[in-house]
Amino acid sequence: MADSASSIRKLGHAVVDRIWRLGFAARFLVAVLRYSGPSFRRLPLTLREIYFSGVLSLLIIMVSGLFVGLVLGLQGYETLQRYGSTEALGVLVALSLTRELGPVVAALLFASRAGSSVTAEIGLMKATEQLKAMDIMAVNPIARVVAPRFWGGVISMPLLAALFSAMGVLGGWLIGVVFIGVDDGAFWSQMQSGVDFRYDIWNGVIKSFVFGIAVSLIAVFEGYDSVPTAEGVSRAITRTVVSSALAILALDFVLTSFMFRGTS
Amino acid sequence: MNRTVLDLWVGFFVAISIAALLFLALKVGNLSSGRLSDTYVLHARFDNIGGLKVRGPVKSAGVLVGRISEIRFDPATYEAVVTMDVDGRYRFPKDTFAAIYTSGLLGEQFIGFDVGGDEKMLKAGDTVTKTQSAVVLEKLISQFLFNKAAEGQETK
Repeated sequence: MADSASSIRKLGHAVVDRIWRLGFAARFLVAVLRYSGPSFRRLPLTLREIYFSGVLSLLIIMVSGLFVGLVLGLQGYETLQRYGSTEALGVLVALSLTRELGPVVAALLFASRAGSSVTAEIGLMKATEQLKAMDIMAVNPIARVVAPRFWGGVISMPLLAALFSAMGVLGGWLIGVVFIGVDDGAFWSQMQSGVDFRYDIWNGVIKSFVFGIAVSLIAVFEGYDSVPTAEGVSRAITRTVVSSALAILALDFVLTSFMFRGTS
Repeated sequence: MNRTVLDLWVGFFVAISIAALLFLALKVGNLSSGRLSDTYVLHARFDNIGGLKVRGPVKSAGVLVGRISEIRFDPATYEAVVTMDVDGRYRFPKDTFAAIYTSGLLGEQFIGFDVGGDEKMLKAGDTVTKTQSAVVLEKLISQFLFNKAAEGQETK
């Protein structure tokens, strides 16, 4: 009896703890937004974070985009060939990249490449009591440390996703046109008639913007909320990657159901 | 405040990302052509729209002149009412004929405008009166079969 009572108590404790953290995260977002004024007035702070989370992610994003495009080209050709419509390869590659794969895969990569490092940085600052020291010196750590990292991520994410999609389309073109020999004109013209700027590309940009907000918020929050020990920081990094991935995929479903509700 | 190497990298990053977005917009998407900015609305009633879809093309002489913005069912007349956004640069005569065609054998369906000779032009919000419904393949085949069967009986 006592055993089951204690397990129920544990469950209740876990649930209350999650809800508590959620509420704290919401309050944290409001605080970040309120103190983000200085991070724009002192632009070099935000530029530095764009450099760390955006520029340093360039290589992984571009290379992965290229490979995703190459795979899409091969797989798409393989399937389209059965129906004798290999000219539609361009549409297939471009639509799947701009609508889904570009924003989602770029966000997943961004969460593991940049989000984790932001969490580690803020978590270590907390563990070494740099945040407290700032507070004592009357420097608001949210305005000085958290907000620039948040905005750096939010700004970088849509740019990286656009790059990912563009590299992917080039990859698909490389496989489809250069290696397999699909007609170049048909590849591009079918793509252009099948892809709408506002409906497909712009919705993808909106998606990646939302993912950028989610990933950046999770990354800075996990760092700020981490237990200030070596173990606590490593756990916070793990949580950043896991919960960003879940948030991205869940948000993707919600956004997709709003944006692309079958036009028939 | 001095310029730093970091600024150069951030500038480079923003520049190639915007280039990527432009590439997507101009080369992958169709922002450069066929973007309908200034449009007016026309309606058309059909007995049967077949597989016509919202956002499907409206063409005249094979050129894209508009997009279908809404398809709904009129419970009073049991007809389909199709609303189209037509490019503001083009005007069509009052006796324009709107027909539903299929591009290729199994391709998408679109509305084709066959232009008449009327002096008066269709205004925004007008309804195209002359329409031709989609060709339903099953009906066509059954008609063909009935004709064949009828011919066979006559020759006996």
